[in-house]
Amino acid sequence: MTNPSAPGRNYLNVDYRFRSWLWTTDHKRIAILYMISVTLFFLVGGAAAVLFRLELMTPRGDLVIAETFNKLFTLHGVVMVFFFLIPAIPTVLGNFLLPMMLGARDLAFPRLNLASWYIFMTGGLLAIGSIIAGGVDTGWTFYTPYSSTYSNTNVMLAALGAFVAGFSSILTGLNFIVTTHTMRAPGMTWFRLPIFVWSHYATSIIMVLGTPVIAITLLLVALERGLGFGIFDPKLGGDPILFQHLFWFYSHPAVYIMVLPAMGVVTEIVPCFARNRLFGYTFVAFASLAIAVISFFVWGHHLFVSGQSIYAGMIFSVLSMLVAVPSAVKVFNWTATLYRGSVSLDTPMLYALGFIGLFTLGGLTGLFLATLAIDVHVHDTYFIIAHFHYIMVGGTVMGYLGGIHFWWPKITGRIYPEWWGRLSAGIIFIGFNLTFFPQFVLGYLGMPRRVHEYVDEFQVLNVMSSAGASILGVGYLIPLAYLIWSLRYGPVAGPNPWRATGLEWQTQSPPTTFNFETTPVVTEPPYHYDPGDFQMERIEQSPGAVQGTAR
Amino acid sequence: MTTEAHVAHHFDDAEQQYAAANLGMWLFLATEVLFFGGLFAGYAQYRYWYPTEFAAGSRRLDPTLGAINTAVLLTSSLTMALAVRAAQTNDRRGTVRLLALTIVLGSVFLGVKAYEYYHKYDENLIPGRSFSLSTGHGDSGDLTTLDSSRGVAEAREIDEGPVQIFLSFYFAMTGLHAAHMVIGIGLLGALLAAARRGAFSSDYFTPVEMTGLYWHFVDIVWVFLFPLLYLIR
Amino acid sequence: MHHVVEKKTYYIVSAWLMLLLVLTVAAAQRDLGAANVPIALAIAIAKAILIVLFFMHVRYGSPLVRLFAAGGFFWLLIMLGFILADVQARFSGW
Repeated sequence: MTNPSAPGRNYLNVDYRFRSWLWTTDHKRIAILYMISVTLFFLVGGAAAVLFRLELMTPRGDLVIAETFNKLFTLHGVVMVFFFLIPAIPTVLGNFLLPMMLGARDLAFPRLNLASWYIFMTGGLLAIGSIIAGGVDTGWTFYTPYSSTYSNTNVMLAALGAFVAGFSSILTGLNFIVTTHTMRAPGMTWFRLPIFVWSHYATSIIMVLGTPVIAITLLLVALERGLGFGIFDPKLGGDPILFQHLFWFYSHPAVYIMVLPAMGVVTEIVPCFARNRLFGYTFVAFASLAIAVISFFVWGHHLFVSGQSIYAGMIFSVLSMLVAVPSAVKVFNWTATLYRGSVSLDTPMLYALGFIGLFTLGGLTGLFLATLAIDVHVHDTYFIIAHFHYIMVGGTVMGYLGGIHFWWPKITGRIYPEWWGRLSAGIIFIGFNLTFFPQFVLGYLGMPRRVHEYVDEFQVLNVMSSAGASILGVGYLIPLAYLIWSLRYGPVAGPNPWRATGLEWQTQSPPTTFNFETTPVVTEPPYHYDPGDFQMERIEQSPGAVQGTAR
Repeated sequence: MTTEAHVAHHFDDAEQQYAAANLGMWLFLATEVLFFGGLFAGYAQYRYWYPTEFAAGSRRLDPTLGAINTAVLLTSSLTMALAVRAAQTNDRRGTVRLLALTIVLGSVFLGVKAYEYYHKYDENLIPGRSFSLSTGHGDSGDLTTLDSSRGVAEAREIDEGPVQIFLSFYFAMTGLHAAHMVIGIGLLGALLAAARRGAFSSDYFTPVEMTGLYWHFVDIVWVFLFPLLYLIR
Repeated sequence: MHHVVEKKTYYIVSAWLMLLLVLTVAAAQRDLGAANVPIALAIAIAKAILIVLFFMHVRYGSPLVRLFAAGGFFWLLIMLGFILADVQARFSGW
């Protein structure tokens, strides 16, 4: 064993043995384990998307038959939602950064953290197993009675996979909340916490209080399917709408599990690259909590045309509008932070700005959908698909990639190639909009979702969308290549290449196993940037080139 | 044994470690409330829709066994609370004895539960293809009942479907509860072994207290299950 | 922080719990019309509160622990409230 605090040691080179990774309780190493896992799941989910976008190039079902198409979009949905979007930012960036931002040596329950990863992988393997065994065709929503009675595919395995992965999510959220309450460094008061921590705290509330409901719901579906219990079965007098209520009680807030952490990432990036204090810190902090709480009052907008009572529909419609308020507060505050800032467009900032624009578009179309009368027309059309991809891909994936680039020097100690970073950020933005904007139009014209054939007049827009998807795919592969390249050939980063505030930048890159040599004492509010100082620096250096020795 | 010996490297002191464990356990219990909550929501909906059928289903359960089990479980909560107290007050023998007593009471509960399940199986009341109200030989399983809500002594045919829904809830709720009991007994067994080694003292009794919280929670779930399943008129 | 509760307190609470158990069984024997369900629930809630406050030490715990203890039940009420409101509306044919 080597001494983890010896000079030149960091959490990566302290021990190279395979076992030291699989039995690690270091939150940073667990974050790396998650990063590799979610990247693999992303590639699996993406491959399914490639196949069905190819199928949708033509109006006829000439590449795959309907059953295969159903399995492809189910695979895409299950893998992307449960095994990429929900875990991605909290388990990778949250795990790595939350203790560092608090000035702690680790999360409150390090062994539980490792157990979460194993539980997650077990769930993931079950889901992958369901694909290998022949696939699932219910859609990621597992609606009854199709999933419980009629489908002849591997619903049990897939539902069990999502069920198991849920517990990983619960334990991660629990760990984050307890850590934030009990492990803050001296002087780190609640209102000195970076917004990243606030967003993860809010996310964790949803994880802890929402996830168990989908767990029990999927368990009931499994009991119904496997043992013939009759809880959602209309033949016995059961109510399929009950399933939808329980399902969306979690799955709507789950959208905020995906997007709140991305908002946290953006809130770290924007002040840093605008060299400006965050505008309205308290509002942004409380907006995160408000989003988490309100998200539990709106799930019925998924049931507007399912047979839910019209009165419940009206109430849910009004409440859904309310989420727009704290979301808009955040957008306005980011924009106000840019004002009179000294903005530089490095890769993380490009992603953050992309996030703000795309999230706004996704959020505004969400208001269309929350409106009862409009939803009746566009329900189950491509309009919905476009809307939630603007939130989930335009929001969450943009935020994730922005965060990965921003903290890559901290995580790996190396700088990624800036030119390639900007190029791929641009490609992703263009590819994304080309893929999903036509889908707004398609949906509004009436093209239903989850079909593998469509009428001829929709072809032009579908070809645009598929072409965009191929651009998007290339955009995602470029960072994968250059980030791996940078591990060996990237310039050495130094502790704080962005000259950012925050405790995580005050220690070496990569950090040592226990993060800090001595427990830091916090005396300043967060985001104490000065617009003047970075401008000078910019003039001296060529843009984008970051000095390895920068303090 | 000193307090510091139990403090993990990433905590500053025992107090911080205790606060973390306590908060963590309560958050876990909040998760559990929602986990069982999904079942309670479904139960409430169907009981509202099918009051007669739920009453008919409930009559196929044995309230005496249910009441005995409630008493057993409430007593086990008392012994658990006393076990925590014994650990807090350095009473090593008391801790061991009370933990063992809690395990015994928990096992009695599970034994009664298993007996009840066996009878339901015998009476074809397990939900699924072989479910049937008529082939059972329980004396209260008549296919007709008096519809008291209308105040008329008219015989009304009971719809088997919702009765099966009731029994589905019965098995899902009590089964999930029993699974929690099994886990709890396992945890208590581990505590018992540790207590015999003298692992707990007034300086360090967090595992006993946390397991106690879990055990009491499982008790609370049963406190609701008993009237909702066994005592429907 | 580590409050040691008197044994007597535990015995008294336990006696109350048994009394409430007898009460709930007795109440269920009588036809009280629509009151049966609220009475059964009220007794169950009373028992749960006794267990939470005394056996689970919330009475002696920090405000944060009380908040967390109440939080789960509050969230459960959100779920029950909205689902049952919809069920009621559908059942009444609104």
